[in-house]
Amino acid sequence: MGGIPHDHYEPKSKATKAINSRLPIIGLLHDTLMIPTPKNLNWMWIWGIVLTFTLALQIITGIVLVMHYVPHVDMAFDSVEHIMRDVNGGHMIRYFHMNGASLFFLAVYTHIFRGLYYGSYKAPREITWIIGMLIYILMMGAGFMGYVLPWGQMSFHGTAVITGLFGAIPFVGESLQTLLLGAGAVGQPALNRFFSLHYLLPFIIAGLVIVHIWAFHTTGNNNPTGVEVRRTSKEDAAKDTLPFWPYFVIKDLFALAIILAVFMAVVGFMPNYLGHPDNYIPANALATPAHIVPEWYFLPFYAILRAFTADVWIVQIVNFLSFGIIDAKFFGVLAMFGAIVVMGFAPWLDTSSVRSGRYRPMFKWWFALLVIDFIVLMWVGARPAEYPYDLISLLGATYWFAYFLIILPVLGVIEKPLPQPATIEDDFNAHYGPKDGGSATTPAE
Amino acid sequence: MFRKLTLAAVLAVSASTAFAASEAHVEDYDFSFEGPFGSFDQNQLQRGLKIYTEICSACHGLELVAFRTLSDEGGPMLPEDQMRAYAEQYEVFDQALFDGEGDFRTAVPADRFPGSSLSSAPDLSLMAKARAGFHGPYGTGLNQLFKGMGGAEYIASLMTGYEDPPECAPDDMDGSYNSAFAAGGYPEECKYEDGSHKYPGSWIAMGQPLWGEDVDFDDGHANDLESEAMDVAAFLMWTAEPKMMARKQAGLTGVLFLVVLSVLLYLTNKRLWAPHKKKD
Repeated sequence: MGGIPHDHYEPKSKATKAINSRLPIIGLLHDTLMIPTPKNLNWMWIWGIVLTFTLALQIITGIVLVMHYVPHVDMAFDSVEHIMRDVNGGHMIRYFHMNGASLFFLAVYTHIFRGLYYGSYKAPREITWIIGMLIYILMMGAGFMGYVLPWGQMSFHGTAVITGLFGAIPFVGESLQTLLLGAGAVGQPALNRFFSLHYLLPFIIAGLVIVHIWAFHTTGNNNPTGVEVRRTSKEDAAKDTLPFWPYFVIKDLFALAIILAVFMAVVGFMPNYLGHPDNYIPANALATPAHIVPEWYFLPFYAILRAFTADVWIVQIVNFLSFGIIDAKFFGVLAMFGAIVVMGFAPWLDTSSVRSGRYRPMFKWWFALLVIDFIVLMWVGARPAEYPYDLISLLGATYWFAYFLIILPVLGVIEKPLPQPATIEDDFNAHYGPKDGGSATTPAE
Repeated sequence: MFRKLTLAAVLAVSASTAFAASEAHVEDYDFSFEGPFGSFDQNQLQRGLKIYTEICSACHGLELVAFRTLSDEGGPMLPEDQMRAYAEQYEVFDQALFDGEGDFRTAVPADRFPGSSLSSAPDLSLMAKARAGFHGPYGTGLNQLFKGMGGAEYIASLMTGYEDPPECAPDDMDGSYNSAFAAGGYPEECKYEDGSHKYPGSWIAMGQPLWGEDVDFDDGHANDLESEAMDVAAFLMWTAEPKMMARKQAGLTGVLFLVVLSVLLYLTNKRLWAPHKKKD
C-alpha cells in the first residue's frame, strides 16, 4: 500500500509469522488501524465512523427484520405489524431500522458538505469522491426501496410516482418503467424485486465503503487546512500525524456516543416523527393520498425535480431545440439526476489551487449560501407546487447548478486566497501552543 | 347513499394528512402518555375498551389486535380471567374446523378482534398513528414536537367536533359537520373568494357516535362527552402502539447509558490527547 511513510507491521511471534506469511491479514488490519492520520482533524471528521456504524446497524437490524417480514402484497403490511406487536423486541428493531435511515442520510449529507467545504474532492482524492457519490446514489436507491416494503399508502403511491419518473424518459421510458416494476403497474412483481434489491444494495455499499477507505488510506486523509502531510521522511510524517488507533478511534467513538444518545431519544420517544402517517394505512390502489411527499432526505432533489415546469423559459428553449423530445417532465427528471451528477464533477469544476475553504475568503460565502440553498430546497420540497413555492424552488435549483457550473470554476480564477500554514504541525501548534518549544517558535509575550 | 358513503370513506382514508393545512381544528388535550416519561393510564385504557366495545365496535374493527394483549404489561392489563371472558363474547371464523370447510367458534385469547362489520368503516387498529400527521406535508411538526400532539388528540377532537353546521351550508349536505375532520365534503357556499374555508372541518360520513353518558363505568368515573372522547382516544393510541411503554423505557435506558458512555469517552479522549496538546 502506498501512502504516508510509516512503520509497517512486523510479525514477532512464531504463530503470527506463520499466519502473516501465508495470508497477510494481520498486517492489513494493523496497517489499516494504525494509519497515520493528520492530527489537526476537527469534529467534522467524525461522520465517516458514524456512517460505518449506521451501515452496520442497518444491515444487522435489516437481517433480523427479514426473518419476520413477508414480501407479499397481501401480507407485507400485516407482517410489519406482526414485527411491531408480536416479535420479541421487534418494535425496537423496526424503529431502529426506520430511523436509522434518517441518521444515515443526516450523516451522509454532513459528510458530503464537509468534503465540499474542505476541498476533499480535489486531486489526488477524486476517486474517493466519486466512490462516495456512488455510495450516496446506492443509498438513495436502498432508502427508496426500503420505504416501499411496509406496503402502506405512501409506499405504494410513492413507488408509482418515482417509477413514473423513469417513464418520462423519451423512447425507452415506458419499457424501462415496466422493467423496474416487473409489470404495467405497481404490484407483487415490484414488491418482490424491490425487496430483493433492498437486501442486495447494502452489501454493495459495504464493498464500496471498503474501496472508499482504501482510496483515502492511499492518498491520506484530507484535513481542515487542506495542506498535505509531509512525505519527505518517516520523521516528518510523524510530526504531522498520529496513528488512527487510539487517538481518532476514541475521539470518533466519543462523538458517536453523543449522536447515538440523540438517536436513541428519537427512537424511544418520537419514532414516527420523521415518517408519514399515511404509511400506517395499508396500500390501496384505488385511494391516492392527498399529498404524496417523499421522505425528508429526498426533498431537496424532489424540489429540483418539480422546479422546472413548462412555463420556465429554459425548459421551453430546450423543448424547442430538441424538437419536443425533452418536455417539462423529462427536463425535471434530468435536472434531478443532474443535480446529483454535477456533484460528482466537482473535482474538475473547481479550478482553485487552494484545497480548504478556510483560506478562501470568497468561496466561504458562496459555500454558506449552498448550505442554505440545500435547506431551503428541503423545506420547499414538502410544500405544494404553487406560488410562491414554485418560484423559490426554481431559484434554489438554479443556485445549486450555478454553484457547481459557474461559481466553482470562476472563483478559482478571480479569488485571492489567504496564506496557508506550511505544515499540519504548524496549524496544530497554532491551536495547541507547545509548552516546551517543539519545532514551532514560541510566540513572544 | 351507500356509494356516497363508500366514497366519503375512501376520501377519509386518502386525505388523512389534509387537516395539517389548518383546515380543521384539533384541540391539544393532555394525555397521561405524552412526553418521555408519560405512561398509559391503565384505568383509562379499560374505560376506552368499554366504550370501544359498546359503541365503536358496532361498525369498526380492530383486526390487528389480539385479545391476549389486553392482559399485557403496559396495556389495559385486564386480569387473565377477565380477558378470557372478554374474548369469549366474540365468535370467530376458523378455517380449520369442519374438515377444512371452516366454521364459527367462540374466540380464545390468541384470536384477534373482528374486522370492521361495515365496509365503509375503516379498521381502527392503527388509526391513532395513521392520523398523527401534524408534521405532514404542509406542517412543520412543531405542535407534535413541543405540545406532544398526535393521533390521540385528533381522535378526541373528532369525537367532540360534531357541531351544528354553519348557516352558510345547504341543508342537503351528506353526513355531519365536524370541525376536526378535514377530509370530507365542503360546500362552495362556505368558502371565501380565494377558496379558503370560512369554517374549520368538513362533512363526515360517520354520524356522531358519542354524546356523553353513553357508557356507565363501574367505578362511577365521569362519562361526559370529553371524558369519553379522551378515554377512547387513549385506548386507540394503545391499540396503535401497544409497546409504547416498553419503547419509552428502552429509550430512557439507552439515553442514560449513552450519556454516561459519552462522559467516559470524553475523559478518555481528553487524557489521551493531553500530551499532544501541550496547552498552558
